[in-house]
Formats: sequence, structure tokens, C-alpha cells
Amino acid sequence: MIQLSANHLLYLLEAARWTVLLSLIAFLGGAVVGLPLALMRLSKIGLLRGVASGYIQLIQGTPLLIVLFLSYFGLGILGYKLIPLIAAGISLTLYAAAFLGEIWRGCIEAVPRTQWEASDCLGLSRVQQYAYVILPQAVRLAIPPTVGFMVQIVKNTSLASVIGFVELSRAGQIVNNSTFEPFVIFASVGAIYFALCYPLSIAARTLERRAHAGR
Amino acid sequence: MPADEAIVRIENVVKEFGPLRVLDGVGFDVARGQTVAIVGRSGSGKSTLLRCIAGLETVQDGRIEVCGHAVGRPGSAARAQLRRDVGMVFQSYNLFPHLTVEENIALAPRIVRGLPQNKIDAIVERVLGQVGLLEKRDAYPEQLSGGQQQRVAIARSLAMEPQVMLFDEVTSALDPELTQEVLRVMEQLAASGMTMVLVTHEMEFARRMAHTTIFMHHGKVHESGASAQLFASPKTPELQQFLSAGAIK
Repeated sequence: MIQLSANHLLYLLEAARWTVLLSLIAFLGGAVVGLPLALMRLSKIGLLRGVASGYIQLIQGTPLLIVLFLSYFGLGILGYKLIPLIAAGISLTLYAAAFLGEIWRGCIEAVPRTQWEASDCLGLSRVQQYAYVILPQAVRLAIPPTVGFMVQIVKNTSLASVIGFVELSRAGQIVNNSTFEPFVIFASVGAIYFALCYPLSIAARTLERRAHAGR
Repeated sequence: MPADEAIVRIENVVKEFGPLRVLDGVGFDVARGQTVAIVGRSGSGKSTLLRCIAGLETVQDGRIEVCGHAVGRPGSAARAQLRRDVGMVFQSYNLFPHLTVEENIALAPRIVRGLPQNKIDAIVERVLGQVGLLEKRDAYPEQLSGGQQQRVAIARSLAMEPQVMLFDEVTSALDPELTQEVLRVMEQLAASGMTMVLVTHEMEFARRMAHTTIFMHHGKVHESGASAQLFASPKTPELQQFLSAGAIK
């Protein structure tokens, strides 16, 4: 058995960089897919609403773990062998998009109907209404829950360890396998997750307070 | 168009919300430069009628024409024309809270009319002058009183240089003092020759300012005529009762 050393901690910190990268991929991917989903859910065209709502229900009703298995092992068997980072990035993007789409739809709907009417009366097209009137107001409402959801993303990147992606959790398992100091190691892993998530939680709370104070 | 030709023409308009018939065959004309007041009890259909003229509600039957164009469905060419011709001011102001006074006013001239900046500046200057709020151009709506917000809303509509202005109970949310400052702006507008249709509970204002007053009752035009005459000698018992119930101060 190998003695636990500072190098092991460094190894964990280095792995945490992958956790951060994966979180960013998930968040940015989720945002790029999630915004169109939110707009589709609010579309006047039934087909678009149906597709978006079906997607959201499917993803929200499926464990992220299963999505990860499907994108890594499932696609692998079909001949599309993805590297773990890509498979995990795609899975987390699909997952984040479904939730961000719903969060943002709620925020867009929270902008009063009278804002649509006032901008309609001024002759703005629907695209212009979204761009200049509705979305700028929805963004203010959306910041607190969005930052809050980023905490979920950071924690859920740990699931990528099951497809062999060496992020923070997987690195913890690897170090533990050689040192067999589970309590110290997983406490350290937990502390690093906490250090990543806590600032986000604080930011979400502060932003929420500020959003309400602005009313 | 001659001065007395109808600029707003409403014929036999029917509007239903589910089983509820809110407008039941309403019709009247508004001549260019005229001010028409629509009065009546809550639920008599007067605000709905105004919303139908503005194209915010679709009607089940009948016809509404503004400046010779039928009020079309959203997205139609007729709708775009309507938006150029008609300005609407709401009870709850409905300013865009994330934009300053100036940005609220400049938004539609810039992105809908596509005017160059120097023209927009001139328009902002002119309409803010009209409502007496030049010094508030950089303020956000939440920094203004209700009366000031409503005057900005009027300025925002004027910036599109409409042919007709619709006012939907624009002073109902204001105290008497703020009400007066908004009514003064509306008086000046009427004096400048703007065609105006207003739904109001300000009977004194309607009597004094409107050429014609329309009394709505149960979704119909129950009584209408020259304001002075209508208020002085109401013919129908319903209007008599409405006016004697303290509606006129």
C-alpha cells in the first residue's frame, strides 16, 4: 500500500480541472440547446411545442447515468466510439438543456403579458419583441435559478466517472485504490466539490436577493 | 381625407369570450380630429372594444377599419399598417422597465420605423417636450411617479406618429393630482387635432373634452351623442342611473 502524500492531493486538484471543464461544457452546451428549447416550448406552432416538450419530459424522466451509458457504451456498440470527455459532455449537455430550457421558459413566461401587448402595439415583430423587450427582462429573472442549477451540474459531473472519465470523483477512487484511505480521500474530494459549488450557491442567493430588491 | 370623414369605422362588432358575449353588435364612426369618450359600468365591454380596435383581441363578427384598412390578424400586412396608424396607452402604463425613458421612446422609431439617429433624437425631444418630461429622459420607469410614467407612455406612442390614439382608462391607477397632469397632456393633444378614442371613468373630462360620448351597456352602444347634450339630458334610464350614481363629480 502506498502512503498518502501531498502528491495525491495535487492529483485530485488536477482532476478537479476536468470537473470544471466538464461543467463548463455542460453549461454552455446546455445553454445553446436550452434557449431554443425554451422558445420552442412557447412557440405558436404546435409541432415545435410538442417536440420540445417531448424532449424535456424524456430527459427529465431518465436518469443521467442511463444517458451516460447510452452515449458511451450504446453509441460505441453502434460504431460511434466516443472518448469519455465527449460522451460525458454530450450527456451533460442533453441533461442541462432540458432543465435550463424549462427554467428559462418559466422566466420568459414570468414577464407580464402586458409587455407583449405594449410592444405589439408599437409594431414590434415577434422576434423584435423577444430581442428588445422580453428576453432582457427574462434574463434578470433567470440569473438566480440558472446559477443555482450550475451547482447541480458541477455535482452531476461526478457521474462521468462511471464511463472511465478521470474527473474529481474518479481521481478520488484511483487514489483510494492505491492508498486505501477512503475517509481522508473522499472527504478531500467532497471538500473540493464544496469549494467549487459554495461560491455558486452564495452567488445565486445574492443575485436572488438583488433581483427582488430591484422590484 | 376630408376632416369629417370617418378615420375609425366600427360596424356590428361581436366579441365573445367563451359563452360570454362581451360585445354584441357595436358600431360607430370616429371622424378625423375628433375625441370620442366611451363610458359605462365595469364589464360593459368598453375596454374590450378598445382592445379590438388596437388589434389586441380578434372579433368573432363585424368589421373594424382604421384609416381605411381593416384591422387584420397578427402578422398580416394590414396589422403592420394598423400599428403605424394607431397608438395605444394602457391603464398600467406598460413601460419597458429595463429601458430609460429615452430608450422606451426611441425603441420603436429605431427598430420598427428604421429612422436615423438624428431624426430619432428630434422625435424624442419633441414628444418629451409635449408631455413636459424633457428632464427625465435618462430616468428609469421605476424612478418616476405614476403620472410621469403615463406621460412617458403617451410620448412613446406619439413617437410613432400615429393617426389615432387609444386611451384605456389611463388615469384609473392615479391619484387626483397625477390624474390632472395626465389629463392636461391629453387635452393638449386633442387641441392639436389628434383623433382620440378614450375609455374613461373621468366623466367631467369626457363632458368637457370629448366631441362625442358613447355609453356602453351590456356590450352594446346604449346611448351616444354630443357630449354636452348627453351629459345634460341623458335619454335612457340606464344612463340616467349611471350618471346619478355619482359617476359625474
